[in-house]
This record gives sequence, C-alpha cells and structure tokens, in this order.
Amino acid sequence: MEEQDKILNDVTQGEYKYGFVTAIETDIIEKGLNEDVIRLISAIKEEPEFMLNFRLEAFRKWQKMKMPNWAYLKIPPIDLQEISYYAAPKKKVQYESLDEVDPELIETFNKLGIPLEEQKQLAGVAVDAVIDSVSVKTTFKETLAEKGVIFCSFSEAVREHPGLVKKYLGMSVPVADNYFAALNSAVFSDGSFCYIPKGVRCPMELSTYFRINSANTGQFERTLIVADDDSYVSYLEGCTAPMRDENQLHAAVVEIIAMDRAEVKYSTVQNWYPGDKNGKGGIYNFVTKRGVCKGVSSKISWTQVETGSAITWKYPSCILMGDNSVGEFNSVAVTNNRQQADTGSKMIHIGKNTKSTIISKGISAGKSDNSYRGLVKIMPNAKNSRNFSQCDSLLLNNTCGAHTFPYIEVGNKSSVVEHEATTSKIGEDQIFYCNQRGIDTETAIGMIVNGYAKEVLNKLPMEFAVEAQKLLQISLEGSVG
Amino acid sequence: MLSIKNLYVSVEGMEILKGINLEVKPGEVHAIMGPNGSGKSTLANVLAGKEEYEITSGEVIYENEDLLDKSPEDRAKEGIFLSFQYPVEIPGVPMVNFLKTAVNEHRKYNGLKELTAGEFLKLMREKMDMVDMHPNLTNRSVNEGFSGGEKKKNEIFQMALLEPKLAILDETDSGLDIDALKTVAHGVNALRSPERSAIVVTHYQRLLDYIVPDFVHILYKGKIVKTAGKELALELEEKGYDWIKSENL
Repeated sequence: MEEQDKILNDVTQGEYKYGFVTAIETDIIEKGLNEDVIRLISAIKEEPEFMLNFRLEAFRKWQKMKMPNWAYLKIPPIDLQEISYYAAPKKKVQYESLDEVDPELIETFNKLGIPLEEQKQLAGVAVDAVIDSVSVKTTFKETLAEKGVIFCSFSEAVREHPGLVKKYLGMSVPVADNYFAALNSAVFSDGSFCYIPKGVRCPMELSTYFRINSANTGQFERTLIVADDDSYVSYLEGCTAPMRDENQLHAAVVEIIAMDRAEVKYSTVQNWYPGDKNGKGGIYNFVTKRGVCKGVSSKISWTQVETGSAITWKYPSCILMGDNSVGEFNSVAVTNNRQQADTGSKMIHIGKNTKSTIISKGISAGKSDNSYRGLVKIMPNAKNSRNFSQCDSLLLNNTCGAHTFPYIEVGNKSSVVEHEATTSKIGEDQIFYCNQRGIDTETAIGMIVNGYAKEVLNKLPMEFAVEAQKLLQISLEGSVG
Repeated sequence: MLSIKNLYVSVEGMEILKGINLEVKPGEVHAIMGPNGSGKSTLANVLAGKEEYEITSGEVIYENEDLLDKSPEDRAKEGIFLSFQYPVEIPGVPMVNFLKTAVNEHRKYNGLKELTAGEFLKLMREKMDMVDMHPNLTNRSVNEGFSGGEKKKNEIFQMALLEPKLAILDETDSGLDIDALKTVAHGVNALRSPERSAIVVTHYQRLLDYIVPDFVHILYKGKIVKTAGKELALELEEKGYDWIKSENL
C-alpha cells in the first residue's frame, strides 16, 4: 500500500514538477451548477433536444433531492458548486518511450502483469503509427461492424444512433432514481454505448480499453448496454492499474437492458486512488449500476473486484421482470487503511420463476470499514422465485470493521430465499503455517485472500482474473503486522 | 547441526522452558518425551520461529548460525521442517498451489531453478506414493475437510517434498491408528540419512518402535531431566510419568 501510494504520489508530483498544466484551461466551463450550465453542456456537445430535456428533467428533480445518509459511511461534505461540470478531454503528459516513465510505476505494472503496449498507453507514452494497438482497434471495429454490434462513446451514439439512445436511456435507472444518478443524468459528459443486435453473440469481450477516446471520460460517466433478443455480450469495465484522478467525486451510471433470452456479463475491476494511509485524498465513488432483465429467460450478471477509492457507495442491481430471468452479483471488496465501502446488490423479482444469486466477499484491513448492504425483494406475482445470498467477511486485524445489512422482503409463499453469512479473521496460525513451509507473509496473505475470494474471481474473464488476483495482493501489502 | 544452549522461553509472562540444553548432530534422531504441559510443543514452535514466544535467554545455533535471528520462512528454507501437531486449514487454497509455491520458494532460496508445473506434478506423484496419500487430497484445499489421519499424513508428505535437514515432528503420532502410524514412520525413515536429523516429540513409546531414536530426552517442567538411549523410552513406558514426577519433586 505504502509503495503504491508512493508511486502515485511520485507520478502526480512528477506532473507538476515539469509544469504540465497548460493549454487546457480554456476548455473548462466555470465552476458551479445551474440550469444554464446544463444547457451549455448540451450545447457544446451539440445534443438533440431529447437529451437536453433528459438532462433538465434530471436537474429539476435533483434540486429537490438530498444527499443520502443511510449508508454506513462517513462522508465529508462535498461542495457541488465547487466543481466544473464540463472539461474537454485533457492532454495527458506524453513520453517518447517507457524509459522516461517513473520506474516504480513500471514496476507496479509489471507486478500486475500488464502487457507492454497497455503499459505505454496507461503511462502516457506516445503510441507511434505502426504500433499494434492501432491496428488492433481497427480490426476490432471491423469485426464488430460485421456482426452489427455498436460499440462507441456515448456522445457518438447520441450523434449516430439517437433513436436507440432515446429508446433505452433511463430505462434501468430513471432520471430521479437517486441523488447521484440524478446528478449524473443532468451533467454526464461521456461514457460508453453498446448495442448487440438480435441473435448476435458478441465475438469478443468488449472492453473500454479498446474504445477510442476512452482516455478521459470524466467524473460523471454514463454507460448504456442493450442486448437485444437472443444476444450475448461480456463487458469489461476498468483497469487494474492504479488510477489517479484529480476529480474527487465520481458519480457514474451504468444501465443494462437484456431482452428475451439475452445474456449480459458485466465485469469490473476498480482500483482508483484510495487516499493515503491517514485517509487524506482519494476518490469518492458513488455509482448507480442497474440492469433490467426485461425479456423472458434473460440473464444479467455483475462481477466486481473493488480495491480502490476512499469511499465506495455502489449496489449493482437486477430487476428481474421477464419470467424465468436470472440475476447474479459476485463481489470482492477490499478496504485498507482508512477506506470505507458500503456495497452490495439489489435483486427485485417481478417475473415468475426468477432466480438470483448474491455472493459477496468483503476483506477489511487497516482501519477501514467494509459493509455489505443488500435487498432481495420478491413481489407477490413473482411466483416460484428463488434467491441465494452469501455474504462473507474476512478481517485482517482488530482495527478494521465488517458489517452486513441484508434486507429481505418476500411477497408470496411459493418463493424461497436463503441467506448465509460468515465473518472470519485471517489466522496468524494460517500465516505461520505458510511461513514454516518457506512462504513469506506477503505471499501467504495473497494466497489466503485469493483462496477466500476464489469463488468470485473464477467468474471473471481469464485475463481479468489473473490481474485481479495480483491486485488483491498488492492492495493488502503491509496490512498484516 | 543444532545446538541449544541454556534456552529460557516465556509466553505471556509465564516461563515455559527453563534452561534447555540439546545437541543434535547430523544423522541423529532425538526423541523428546514428557507429560502434558512440560514444554515439548513450545520447544518445537520456538525452533520453527513462531512469534508469540519470548526468548528470555540462551541461544540456538543451527548450522553455525544464530537461528533465533532468522524469520520462520528463512529457517524453513534452510532446512527446518515442523510437522504440526494441529495442521492448519486454509480454505480455497488448493494443496497443489500451496506445495508448488513452497517447493519453489525453497529452490529459489537455494539457488536452484524453479520447477515447472509438469516437473512439480511428477515430483508430487513420486512422494505421494511414499506416504500412501490419496491423489484426490492434493486437489482439495490445504487440510480442509481432511480427517485427523489425513492431516498427519499430509504433514509427512510435505516433509518428503521439502526434504528438510532437520525435521521436527510435534506429536505426529497422536490420533493415528496403527496403520497410519506405520505409514507415517515409513515416510520418516525413508528420509533418514547421515546428513538429516530429526527431533521427534511424543507422549508415547509406541511411535519409537517404528522410528528408532538415537537418544531419548525427558522434558519435565521446562527442563530436560533425563537423557539416555532408546531404552529410556521403554523404561518410561513401564514406569509411567509418575516415576519422573516423583524424582523431580
């Protein structure tokens, strides 16, 4: 952890040392939030009227809302008038080659096993014209186009496919769903849009890494994924490299819509800057993620590995409308030092024979607090529905906390809901046993924690899983003493 | 190989070992016997480097170096192996991964090339036969759901893989039926060589029928009160621990 902080500090300090804070200021609109600002954002982005109306409706509703305070989090006051709500993509520091990049950052990349080309992109090395990633992107786009899959930035989608955006935007997360979602709806700058046509099995995992212009999506990111009848897509969000962002507040919205027999797998690895050992700095991450299984026999699964951010407030959820639809939530959330996480899932059963599974593995270290909060709601008409929830907490010392807040509402007699929960402390005996076989403590903790989280890690796509495993270990370095 | 000089050890302010002296030469097998609470397991754990013990005085020299200065993992990689009285379960960590990591940590430390997955599996199969381990066990998580006997066999199996110079068996015989006892003893005897030594901690003489010691020490109230050849174990069996207790009132 300390090492990672140091790397992050070095990297950011490095930026200022060389004075890379020029030229971009002109593209930032004035701080503050009011209706004019929203009109301005929409105008800069040359949006059609329905988008402006969407934003204005959200803003008007948001003005009447209050910041939620029910989570088990201590949230310092956030002055939303002190934020500038539009910034054109910033130029990152550009290096000529990896040799110029801080060697410690490279070391972290290597520890994570990030491929060289990706390292260059992450560190901001100029990618020259013959480099693979460009052609990879091109081939990638061509392959997707052949299948009719649309995968582009949100702004591009609004320009090129306004009909689709208009039809599905706000279907999972209505404009006034909650305080942060409403704020996002009013001011979001960009994000991703993905549409899988009927009967298409997306031939590759869609990752934001491949999306052109993904460099700076800003603090209010919006993602909309629509899987039409009989389609399938696996979507990867995020990146395991340490991400430093000077925007402290992040309020993203992800919406998924699955039509008849469609399946969407959404995987996240989140490793944003968690703040320093004393809880100074770090990202406040307030995310609304929701999928609607609109069609019969559709399926949406959320898999997340959360190790970053100072504050995490996040409940990826499924609304199981279609009969026989399936929702899944698999989560590993790690908190260390002064991090706070209040995360979990909501499964709302509306259709008949709907099934949901929640597997949540919390890992707490340092002086952190890690809470699971979940709602399983079975509506009266959702006959023969089933839910299984398992919430495990692993404590690494005596100064951290783990909490579980499960809410269960069952509206009929033919449904079955099961909830299991365990709390355990990592054993000094387990560590000593590993030590005695020649395995040092850091490696031992990595092994034990990965063993504990295995059930969830196994659900991640292969290449993500390997990085996530290493990330768990790095996040907990120096946490047991 | 190992030289313990005037070792005093406390746990939470209570003195457990009160001046232990012990010399183990290469190739020797030493049995340490004694009633419950005499400090046998403490001695085994101190040698392996468990943290909760406070060494108040004395020294332990292993292969001409101060052992007490070293971390538990370095002691392990320099050839000290502890067969645990209560092997620990590590849920979700497959035996195979655990053992491969352990073997390769040893190899790295000793300047050897790390084994590939294929090479390791071959080695593992060889050693598994030696202690009659069921092949399914290595696919399970470390000690999770193992029976008492399986756990003890698993310790000996790990010992066979790591080929220690000094093996410390902490009541490896407790809870074993006679067949398992023989298997365990066979595993230990197979490792005996002029270079390797062992310290066998046990309550009963029974194990020593199969692992024949060169010396038997009786530990009582934190001190070694008697040392002799293997016949001492038989004498103890016959007279019981009361004999020792009455002599050391």
